[in-house]
Amino acid sequence: MWQNFPQQLYDNIILNNRWQMYLSGLKNTLLLTLGAAVIGIVLGSLVAICKVYIKNKKKITPVDRALDFVCDVYLTIIRGTPMMVQVLIFCWIIFGSASIAMNFYAAMIAFGINSGAYVAEIVRAGINAVNIGQTEAGRSLGLTSAMTMRSIVLPQAIKNILPALANEAITLVKETAIVGYAAQQDITYAAATIRSRTYSPVPLLLIAVVYLLIVMLMTYGVNKLERRLAKSDRG
Amino acid sequence: MIEVKGLHKHFGAIQAINGVDITIEKGEKIVIIGPSGCGKSTFLRCLNLLEQPTAGEIWFEGNMLNDGKSDVNKLRQKMGMVFQQFNLFPHKTIRENITLAPIKLKLMSVQQANDKATSLLSRIGLSDKAEVYPAQLSGGQQQRVAIVRALAMNPDVMLFDEPTSALDPEMVGEVLDVMKELAHEGMTMVVVTHEMGFAREVASRVLFMDSGKMVEQGTPQDIFDRPQCDRLRGFLAKVL
Repeated sequence: MWQNFPQQLYDNIILNNRWQMYLSGLKNTLLLTLGAAVIGIVLGSLVAICKVYIKNKKKITPVDRALDFVCDVYLTIIRGTPMMVQVLIFCWIIFGSASIAMNFYAAMIAFGINSGAYVAEIVRAGINAVNIGQTEAGRSLGLTSAMTMRSIVLPQAIKNILPALANEAITLVKETAIVGYAAQQDITYAAATIRSRTYSPVPLLLIAVVYLLIVMLMTYGVNKLERRLAKSDRG
Repeated sequence: MIEVKGLHKHFGAIQAINGVDITIEKGEKIVIIGPSGCGKSTFLRCLNLLEQPTAGEIWFEGNMLNDGKSDVNKLRQKMGMVFQQFNLFPHKTIRENITLAPIKLKLMSVQQANDKATSLLSRIGLSDKAEVYPAQLSGGQQQRVAIVRALAMNPDVMLFDEPTSALDPEMVGEVLDVMKELAHEGMTMVVVTHEMGFAREVASRVLFMDSGKMVEQGTPQDIFDRPQCDRLRGFLAKVL
């Protein structure tokens, strides 16, 4: 398997312009992650804010109760089934009649919806971790609950949330590797395709390094951002 | 100015406030004393509806606060509150802490709010701290800022919920001094505190609460020198 390794590197990366396959796969992986992350953060924040808002409300209307129920159903189903199954259901059943090319967007939505459920719990925990005294101080000044949430609670919650959110994004990058099952050509799919021709360990090792680099880059970025947000903590 | 009628507050089976009636006139300095857990903080928090009363009415400047129809946010603008734990906004500078509400509520322009913050800060001797964050201040300094943050709204009444209880002993004085100054300027104040010296010196009326009821009230001399009921005598024997 390891004989003539330089030749293998050449065959698996350079020959037949195979590097282009990795690159276009990488592009799909990143696009998929980015799209899913945006959907996940928006959806997750909405669900979290809904749940916190309803929980803190003094008078709960039937609409509130219905909304809370929908949120709970969403969280339960998404967190209670494998992501792979969700992606397959989205691509082959819900968007089953669409073209294979559309599966890319179906998968993006599926990853986003899945991620949203985890983001919702992260954001909710982050909001709840902000001392209730902060809300009380805001409200005692006459600010509305929306103003208090936006100007006082959320900025502090984001600081609590950021490390967990970064973990979620890192998970997402890696989990998009299953998108090959929806006939989409991400970087893992590219590596598997090339390996099926060359039977070499190079493609899989190569993309492992690529995933690792992406994750390390993200970790570095988040650490920097965290340090900036911590500016007000220094005594 | 503030009228409380038949106030009850229950937390599940616990009856924190058990029928309180009281009228507070403009310019009065009310100090509420009583043993821990007697409901004095809960009572204060009911006044601006941070706690929703279980039963009873809270009236403020002719409006019933808890009728479900009044604009509570609007009325709260006129009731400043100072908390035991300061509750400054840690992600905002001192200046922003003071100007946030007046600007967000469009009561002042940014310029006006900044000028107001500057003059309030110089009044408490913290002009040089305008651009730092709360974590860089001592507890006493934070609490003084919390007081002027409430004052920036030009409130008609100030509510103090044990403002010195979380402070190191040497910082209690500086906070009480600001409160005394405020009292001398004629601010209407309702203060929950364990500082008996402050109550004696500043209060126009002292209320003694126990088990969710106003048990006894009167001038500081009445309360401290001629206590009527046994419970008040017992309480004073422990704290004085």
